[in-house]
Parts: sequence; C-alpha cells; structure tokens
Amino acid sequence: MKMITVAGPPSSGKTSVILRLAESLKLNIGVVKFDCLTSFDKARYKAAGIPVQIGLSGKFCPDHFFVNNVEGGVSWGLRNGIDVLITESAGLCNRCSPHITGITSVCVVDALSGVHTPRKIGPMLKFADIVVVTKGDIVSQAEREVFAWSVKQANGSAQVLSVNGITGQGAFMLSKKVLEAREITSLTDSRLRFTTPAAACAYCTGETRIGENYQMGMMRKMEYEI
Amino acid sequence: MIDFGNLIAAQPLSALLADYPVVRDFFLNLNLPPLNEAKSLADALLEADDDWLLEFGLTREEIPSQLAAFLTTMTAAESGRAVTSLTIIGGRDKSGGAENIELHIEPGTVVSIVGPTGSGKSRLLGDIECLAQGDTPTARRILIDGAEVTEDDRFNLEGKIVAQLSQNMNFVMDLTVAEFLEMHARSRAVGVSGDADALIKTCFECANSLAGEKFTPETKVTQLSGGQSRALMIADCAYISQSAIVLIDEIENAGVDRREAIALLAQSEKIVLISTHDPLLALGADKRIVIKNGGISAIIDTSAEEKASLVELEKIDRLLYNTRKTLRAGGQINDLGTL
Repeated sequence: MKMITVAGPPSSGKTSVILRLAESLKLNIGVVKFDCLTSFDKARYKAAGIPVQIGLSGKFCPDHFFVNNVEGGVSWGLRNGIDVLITESAGLCNRCSPHITGITSVCVVDALSGVHTPRKIGPMLKFADIVVVTKGDIVSQAEREVFAWSVKQANGSAQVLSVNGITGQGAFMLSKKVLEAREITSLTDSRLRFTTPAAACAYCTGETRIGENYQMGMMRKMEYEI
Repeated sequence: MIDFGNLIAAQPLSALLADYPVVRDFFLNLNLPPLNEAKSLADALLEADDDWLLEFGLTREEIPSQLAAFLTTMTAAESGRAVTSLTIIGGRDKSGGAENIELHIEPGTVVSIVGPTGSGKSRLLGDIECLAQGDTPTARRILIDGAEVTEDDRFNLEGKIVAQLSQNMNFVMDLTVAEFLEMHARSRAVGVSGDADALIKTCFECANSLAGEKFTPETKVTQLSGGQSRALMIADCAYISQSAIVLIDEIENAGVDRREAIALLAQSEKIVLISTHDPLLALGADKRIVIKNGGISAIIDTSAEEKASLVELEKIDRLLYNTRKTLRAGGQINDLGTL
C-alpha cells in the first residue's frame, strides 16, 4: 500500500483535490480524515465511493492526536485492500505538520488566501514534498506566478503544482507524483519531519478558567513591553 | 552556477545582503532574531540563543545550507526558459478516431482554436498546459523545441513556460497597479538587472492603451473594470511574465482591444493559442485549429481571401462598437452611415 499525507489550512480545497486525484488514479483509495470538532467531508467521500474514517481530536492537541492514530489508519488501509491511503488533516495549527519522513507529503494552499500566506503557513508547507495550489483558475497569471514564488521562498525543494479542485485540471500531474510514493506496511519507527508542540498544562486537561491560580504544568509567559 | 555554500561561509552578512537582498526574506521566513551583519552567517548564529533555535526546530548547522538552497532556488527562478517551437502531435478524438496531425508552432505565431461548446477546445489547452506525453485521455503529445519533455521537466517547468488567461480570472491582491507590477517584477528577479522600472512603465502604458477606459498607477487592481483587468493581465503577460506560451480561453468583448492585445503578445515573441467563438479573433490568427468530437478535425491556414474578409468584418465590428459607444453616451442611432 502507498501512503501520502495531505495537509493544509481549512477550506483550502484538500477534499476536492483528493477527490480529483482519486478520479485520476483509478485505484482503491482510502481516506483517513483528521479534524478537530466536526467534519463534513464524510458524505463527499461516500458519494464518490471512497472508504473513509473520520478522527476527531476533540479536546486533545490535534497534532498529538494525529501521531497517536496514524498507525491505526495504516492497519485499517491494509485490512481493506486499499492501494493508496491518504491522510487528510485540517485540524492542525500552523505550528505543526503531519508529514512523515519517507512518506510523500502534500500541502494544499489556496491562491486566493494572499500572496504571503505560503510564508506564514509553517512546517506543514515547509516540509512538504509537493505543494498544491488551488483556485488558481480564478486569479491572474501574475498572481499565480507571485504565489508560486512565495511558495518557493518557504520551501525551495517542493514541487509546486496547480490543481483545479472543480474541473480536476492538474490532478493528473499530481497522480503521477503519488504513484511514485513508497510502498509501506507499517509506520512503526518512522519519524515525523517536525516536532509537535509540548503540551502538558492545566488547559490540556479541561481547565477553562483564566488566571494565574489555574495555570499549572508546562507553559510559557509572553514578555510584554511596558 | 554559483556555489552559494562557499559564498555564505566567506562573506560577512552585510556583503551578502547587498548582493542578494532576498536573503532578508529568508531571515523573515525563519523568524530569525536580528543578527550581527558584520559577521558571517555561521559566526553570527553562534550568538543566537540556543533555546530560540530549538523552539523553531532549527540547528546552527542547517541554517547556512538552507540559505544556500534558498538562494539557488531564488536565483534559478529568474531565468525563464526560451522556447523555439511548440509541436502538437495528434492523438485521438472522443470516439477513438486518430487525429493524424502534427502542428509545429513558432514564437510570434497566433493560433486560434474553434469548435462548438463542449467539443474539446479546453481539453486541448489542458494538454498543452500539462505538456501531455500521450498520457492524457486524448493521447496527444506536446513537444518543446522538437523534443519530448521528460517527466522531471514537466514538473520543473510547471507554471513556467505556459501562462493562462481566461474570462474567469480576477485580481485578488490588495495592491495598487504600480505595487502589483513591481511585486511581479520582483518575483521574477528582473529588479536585479536594474531595468525593472522601465519595464514596469512600459507595461503600465501598454495596459492603458489596450483598455477602453484609462486608469492610473495608483488604482487598486481590485477596483479595475473587467476590461481594464484583462488589459493589465495581457500587458503583464507580454512584458513581465516569463512564460513563452500563452493560452487564452475566450476574452470578453467589452473594454479591451482584443485584437491589439493578441498582436502585442505575438510581438513579444510568445506562442499564442486562443480558444474563441469570436470571428475576428479566429480569422485574425495565423492558423486555426478546428475541434470536433474532442479531436482536431482540421488545421486551416488563414487564406488571403479570409484576410480580405476580415477587413470587411472589422468594419462591421467598428460599426457595432460605435453604435454601442453612442448608445452609452445617451445618443440615438438614426443613421448608420454616420457611425
């Protein structure tokens, strides 16, 4: 089974890109969608006949939740005869990335989100092998070029591909890259490309009150100017 | 090819920044604290806080090599790829019938694509965009400079040799026309050679001459009318974009001189393919590709008779244009002969 990780900001078009990729690949695709509180994508995958598992991190750190559950996703894919397993992570802060060494990683960004966005997204884009730019069909050629340049600034080694999530234009080129992904049977002992944040404080365990008295565990204080 | 690794190790940061201002962007991207610019990067980093580096997942050893890779990428971005020819080798139509064509197009040539809606015009543009190598549903092959394009090149050239313009495209940046052109020029690193200002000026003037209604460099790009936007996009494609091939999917009638716009792209030594239902654009091209049932059914060279017909059609177009202009200005159409 091949595996790829797909990450990107909310509403950047991850699900649409995966659906168009699936049409182009013509293989058994399985998706594990990681989200925080809700996910509306199950129906879209089901309608396309793609088996999907949804993982909601709820009150847990979404990044830690991803690492704790991604291996289970691999087992699920193998049990179900999936050819290409895709993890889709929406519930990530810009601090983190779900990309794993040796696993083809994709970051989806939206050309409408502003030209400096690629430089703000962080490890999810910086450590991706492929950066897919969506919604490029509705912005000018010049803005597409500036956007690609901005992506190159943040991640000079990434392949930048433009994919139209509606018509599927560009999905074919993405599918070629996905077919080069390595075959895997397990992720045990693989490594994340970037660390997840330290988080073991009172707020991790459900505290909602604000105030010094409630703040316990690992935390950091900002130094405000006077 | 410059060995940036050595350059970064040998020079103080101030010298590096003077030669490559884009290095500042790299520091911003990494959110590096202010460094002592009198020292080399490696030495300056010795003064950086350990905790801070750890926090952002960086090591002192990685940063200089990351900067070298960054500079290699950024300086490579400025060199566009010249294209001496584009060849379309036929595949098959929707019913599997062979196209049996081979079309060779050189820079400065305009080719129109005609056919009913849904016949496959956009598919042909799509094949060119992805530099198809017999692996798309049409099985067409696209050659650049007479040669097949390797898989690596297809990815590396993505977005670099083929520019696209369509009716659906808008400006989304919150910038003025002048800022926008400068930013685009900067991304292409044309600013390095020092002629960016002249280029931006030419581009702006040209966009204004194509647009029906004039605009200033201080106008926000998002406030431009449809025609002005299209004019600016075309002028930008001609002067600033590095792409050698321009694909146009139907540009609208109002507010932009389409024929002049296409001529401008051809003068800029671009290869222009334009999918259109407009008779003036179809006949104004050097050749036209006729699409039927998903396949190329004919390639027609625009004949001398057709060029003569075009002159007549332009008169009709001019008449319609003047009628529209008169009506918009509150006039009445009583005598066509005076228009």
